Amino acid sequence: MSISADQVQHVARLARLAVDDAQIPGIADKLTDVLNLLDQIQSVDTQGVEALTNPLDRTQILRADAVTASNDRDNLMSNAPAQKDGLFLVPKVID
Amino acid sequence: MNLTQSTLAQQLAALRSKEVSSVELVTEQLARAKALNPTLNAFVSFQEDSALAQAKQADQLRQDGSDAPLLGAPIAHKDLFCTQGHQTTAGSKILANFVAPYDATVVENLANAGAISIGKANMDEFAMGSSNENSASGPVKNPWNLDRVPGGSSGGSAAAVAAGMVAAATATDTGGSIRQPAAFTGTTGIKPTYGRCSRYGMIAYASSLDQAGPIAQTAQDCALMLSAMASHDSKDSTSAIEGSEDFSRLLDQDIKGLKIGLPRAFFTNELDPQVATATQQALAELEKCGAVLVDIDLPNIDLSLPAYYVIAPAEASANLSRFDGVRFGYRCENPKDLNDLYERSRSEGFGAEVQRRILVGTYALSASFFDAYYVQAQKIRRLIKNDFVQALSEVDMIASPTTPTPAFKIGEKSDKPSDMYLQDVFTISANLAGIPGLSMPCGQVDGLPVGLQLLGNYFDEARLLGVAHQFQQITDWHTRRAEVSA
Repeated sequence: MSISADQVQHVARLARLAVDDAQIPGIADKLTDVLNLLDQIQSVDTQGVEALTNPLDRTQILRADAVTASNDRDNLMSNAPAQKDGLFLVPKVID
Repeated sequence: MNLTQSTLAQQLAALRSKEVSSVELVTEQLARAKALNPTLNAFVSFQEDSALAQAKQADQLRQDGSDAPLLGAPIAHKDLFCTQGHQTTAGSKILANFVAPYDATVVENLANAGAISIGKANMDEFAMGSSNENSASGPVKNPWNLDRVPGGSSGGSAAAVAAGMVAAATATDTGGSIRQPAAFTGTTGIKPTYGRCSRYGMIAYASSLDQAGPIAQTAQDCALMLSAMASHDSKDSTSAIEGSEDFSRLLDQDIKGLKIGLPRAFFTNELDPQVATATQQALAELEKCGAVLVDIDLPNIDLSLPAYYVIAPAEASANLSRFDGVRFGYRCENPKDLNDLYERSRSEGFGAEVQRRILVGTYALSASFFDAYYVQAQKIRRLIKNDFVQALSEVDMIASPTTPTPAFKIGEKSDKPSDMYLQDVFTISANLAGIPGLSMPCGQVDGLPVGLQLLGNYFDEARLLGVAHQFQQITDWHTRRAEVSA
């Protein structure tokens, strides 16, 4: 199947990626190439097969609900592109 | 004596006998790596100060009578592993200025074993790629031929080992990213069982497939590295309870009567005839040592590639949503509102292949296609796993070529993404099933190395390494080094 310009825009919006109109045909071509590869799975009969989510078929190991890490706020915030008073700064959201 | 191009085991022996100090070895190794790096681009950054400080400590410890499995030995980390206080880029512009606030568990484990990281290895951005061309720091060159790719995504780790910039390096493998570059560079690499090494601090690509492992010159060195890297880790909820073990314990076991399965499908699909010949010759060597070769069928194996390229991008699209320009990483200039900040930070920060996989993954996870793509791919994943479980109940391990061709030229596969994806055709099924896989050098085609892949049962890494070591006792492909000069 081939993917349309509208679909590219829709998926890009869902993924929070900005795409220029000029780039769309190229992106659509390459996505179509990939989706054609993926479409081989559509015709496979998988009725009654359980989806595999963990390759070892194990459930996640839970640890005790206890505090283990110390407060590392300054260290963790040192990579923030913009911060003030220990808070992340973003453009104004509410007028 | 110059030990910079020796194996890890040889370097450790020289350190133990005090033939060389860690400070001397680390200094020489750094000098060689830095001299070759402008040619190969295998490293994105060096850790000179911390490496020399740790080398001094290692020498002091040894002076005081202490030892540790890798005490004083220089290694490199793929730049996907967080290294505290040091730049960690994952090959991406979006993390160009990111300084990791903590160490990955694998990094911590190796440091506890005494290993010293001299630098961070180049890689395909977020481990997405099979050529190391998708790096914000530029492509890595294959030491065997500078016009060719070293493979990916762990191309920097593989090229660094192949060129003797370092004896061993960490790497990661989501669909072949340890084994394919090992094959392309004449090095040995093992992807352990899913969960063997902790994923904590290893920047995520596809969480149900990602696994760390080593690349080195020999199977013996890989066993030394993996024994230190693996652990059960409460910080990774999918980390396997088995933890680590002595992966060197079966190195000297002979392989008489070992049953090796040869999947028929792997010996026909797109296989370069010269690669096929090299593979057959390697198998004949194993047969001479007493291995028994058996043809096997893996009926659903052809579905590995499409199933993988649904699951991996889907998981990637979720994992990479954290890069939003707010808490860390690249932020665009003058965002006009929050959405603009998200969208432009991501589009300007991620490279083309990463954005493509995010789009494919988002599409596969979107409401109208979720069952048709993602759930269907997970069901096919079960069929593929069942094929391996069945086959490995009849044979001890499975052998195949690692890649369909030797290293290709830089820029050769840039038109159609699916051409590049075919590079993974023999390797990705092991990630889908979660079983361990190893690649070792087994021949050359037109002066370029070729790899033999061994796939084993869950948690059977020691036996894979043992068979590879036995092969390396009777062949010398792993000792051949690329001629590369600064």
